[in-house]
Amino acid sequence: MAVFGGIITFVGSIFLLLGALGIVRMPDVYNRMQAGTKATTLGILLFLAGIAIGHIECMCIFRILILILFIIFTNPISSHALARAAHHIGIPLTDKSVTDALAEDESEKEEAIS
Amino acid sequence: MKIFKQGILLLLFLLLFWVLLTSIDSQELIAGGVIVILLTLVFSRKAAVFGDFQITFKSLIYSIAYIFVFLAALVRSNLDVAFRVLSPKLPINPGIVKVKTSLNSKTGRLVLANSITLTPGTLTVETKGDHFYIHWIDVSTQDVDLASQEIVSKFEKYLEVMFG
Repeated sequence: MAVFGGIITFVGSIFLLLGALGIVRMPDVYNRMQAGTKATTLGILLFLAGIAIGHIECMCIFRILILILFIIFTNPISSHALARAAHHIGIPLTDKSVTDALAEDESEKEEAIS
Repeated sequence: MKIFKQGILLLLFLLLFWVLLTSIDSQELIAGGVIVILLTLVFSRKAAVFGDFQITFKSLIYSIAYIFVFLAALVRSNLDVAFRVLSPKLPINPGIVKVKTSLNSKTGRLVLANSITLTPGTLTVETKGDHFYIHWIDVSTQDVDLASQEIVSKFEKYLEVMFG
């Protein structure tokens, strides 16, 4: 059981490593957010699950279940808030980007007001 | 009636959290928890957390199915990110697209936006009325309807039953 838990924890830490690598490699703040959010969610999820399985005698599985729930609920909200704030203060998308519907709609509205 | 239903749901939910958190071993603990939860309910009457959740057999089945759909999407999204990060060329084609949702309830939209953020290559940047603005790492269409079909519809059909 301890070995199995260790393997799951290891896989989780690999996803966390990939998330960190993604933050370094991606070209702009939005793409970094993508790598940061997704990889860390599954990474932490597997990491905690591995701990719960590896130390099954400590009966901490319920508490870890709560931790996992909170992470699933809060992680996307925080990254959404960050991305929204970044777009509001006008951080540009990378040159590779093909479209920005939000900026288009907002400039249309500003023209309508003025 | 509605506020009553909501209170019962919130009570059960908080009680579940309390039981999970303390890994119950005595009746005093449960009794104390229930007293505190009732106090919380009195003070948070207006917070409509579960006001939109439909209590029917069908919605329960769909909720359970939704958890699996969501987990599958989460795993797929991680493999997707891993692939993109590791490939030397960095195959991304990013952009912000607009999609339309047909959900009416606030809670349903919250869950939908969160699910979109955690699924392959998409990140909810802004919500305005019926429209979500989504940062898509690999834009395949800029059309509102086609993008909605691709990103939103797979979750929407479950959430529609759950939250109405």
